[in-house]
Amino acid sequence: MGIKGMKYEEFKDNESLELLRESGTNVLLTTIDDVINWGRKSSLWPLTFATSCCGIEMMMTGAPRHDFSRFGMEVYRASPRQADVIVVAGTIVNKMAPVLKRLYDQMSEPKYVVAMGACAISGGPFFLNSYSVIKGVEHVIPVDVYVPGCPPRPEALLYGMLQLQRMIETETIHSRRERVAKNNSK
Amino acid sequence: MEENIKEIVVGEQEDYVINMGPQHPSTHGVLRLVVTLKGEIVKNVEPHIGYIHRGIEKMCESITYPQIIHLTDRMDYLSASINNESVCLAVEKALEVDIPDRIKVIRTIFSELTRIQSHQLFWASYGMDMGGQTCFFYGLRDRERILDIFEETTGGRMLISYNCPGGLMYDIHPNFQKRVKDFIKYFRKVLPEYDAILTGNVIFTSRTKGIGHLSLEDAISYGVTGPSGRASGFSCDVRKHEPYSAYDRVKFNEVLYTEGDTFHRYLARIEEMRESMNIIEQLIDNIPEGPYAVKMKPIIKLPEGEYFQRVETSRGELDTFVISDGNKNPYRIKFRTPCFVNLGVLNHITRDFKIADLIAIAGSLDLVIPDIDR
Repeated sequence: MGIKGMKYEEFKDNESLELLRESGTNVLLTTIDDVINWGRKSSLWPLTFATSCCGIEMMMTGAPRHDFSRFGMEVYRASPRQADVIVVAGTIVNKMAPVLKRLYDQMSEPKYVVAMGACAISGGPFFLNSYSVIKGVEHVIPVDVYVPGCPPRPEALLYGMLQLQRMIETETIHSRRERVAKNNSK
Repeated sequence: MEENIKEIVVGEQEDYVINMGPQHPSTHGVLRLVVTLKGEIVKNVEPHIGYIHRGIEKMCESITYPQIIHLTDRMDYLSASINNESVCLAVEKALEVDIPDRIKVIRTIFSELTRIQSHQLFWASYGMDMGGQTCFFYGLRDRERILDIFEETTGGRMLISYNCPGGLMYDIHPNFQKRVKDFIKYFRKVLPEYDAILTGNVIFTSRTKGIGHLSLEDAISYGVTGPSGRASGFSCDVRKHEPYSAYDRVKFNEVLYTEGDTFHRYLARIEEMRESMNIIEQLIDNIPEGPYAVKMKPIIKLPEGEYFQRVETSRGELDTFVISDGNKNPYRIKFRTPCFVNLGVLNHITRDFKIADLIAIAGSLDLVIPDIDR
């Protein structure tokens, strides 16, 4: 239901307004979405969460050559309550999985997950024969962006984070709410 | 344990147990330390390991020897090239292959470059643990130059998997020698900056000098190797005592101190960077001509028996022990990794120091957690 084909009386009608909000065509709301999204994507604060080799490449991304902070991501947070995005950098094993899940739960909405490296995507070099490695971090927490590599180059991580920014740009309040509901139901 | 219970019964103040990690920025990974405190004084540190245990040793039993090389990269990822070398040397020893000089020299140069970049990262992250953000930028800026050299020759930045049983994966890049010489020229100029920022810093020295003392007897009985052991006067450099590759043809000093405190463990690493540069300088101009790999059989089968190889990684002594039953994969392979052994001493040297010193002491051991858990 578009905004143009609406009758005057229906503007005062609360039920119709709810309908309109759900379809997400309200001028005011979309503008607010734009502003919020711009704010969110320009200050993505990652959690310092590194389990193995990919963590070093994540550090190198923050280092002078590849300067993470050009895109507003330089503030690594040690506490999950202050972080927006968790970059799962490295292998997750059975003993670590509950800790990762708890860290994810402790983060406040909106929260995003980037699976960095082959281990976080699928178990990588430890996919076969290993008795303790989780075969992909998506078995534990929902993932937004996958960055392949073993370990990925800093440029690859930067590209992945820029893709995450693009994803945030297209969000609306409703899509965000749906996303949260979907993640919680998992 | 009994002591604790007694104290609670008489109604004195209970010990305070604090949990550091597994996700903690200063443990450099997923090490969990359960620290028992009395006020601010550390009474007991209990490391909980296994948060990154991937079962590499078990996996090795079901894959072939050339495949094992790639898993050893992921143990101590900061000395990846040296880890590769240890398995290669063990396999070559078992097969009694003669390795040409060219391969030995190139392997040594790569090992020393790996050692420098590892100590640079140590310097960067240790400085950050001590509250100096500048160290992080300076150290990693210079580390990128070594990674460039690696990348040009091997195509990989960190986990290069350059060694393989019988030699090297490919020949060195034509620019390699020039690049390495440029780097050494640059790094000799930059290294005094490192000293100026951190080594002579009043805040840094007062936080590290006289803290976490490890005596020579304890270093030997705990088996602490690498720069951490040598800071206590334990002469344990495998490169000196049991030379492999091209270490028998270069002159270098084993960095030894007798103080054994946190500051000297740090200083040993800085000095080792200088020694590594000396070694590279002696070798870089006279890399012998020859093949870069010996022709090996497509499927490598070790003769039945037990094989042992020691190498010196940037953290200490890495021992590879292979038991073969004549198949293409080992019956059992055991890695004696330096970090696991060095972690054992943590409880001993942090006792009766403040909790803030725990960060300084644990950082000075330069632990890499996947190396502990494997």
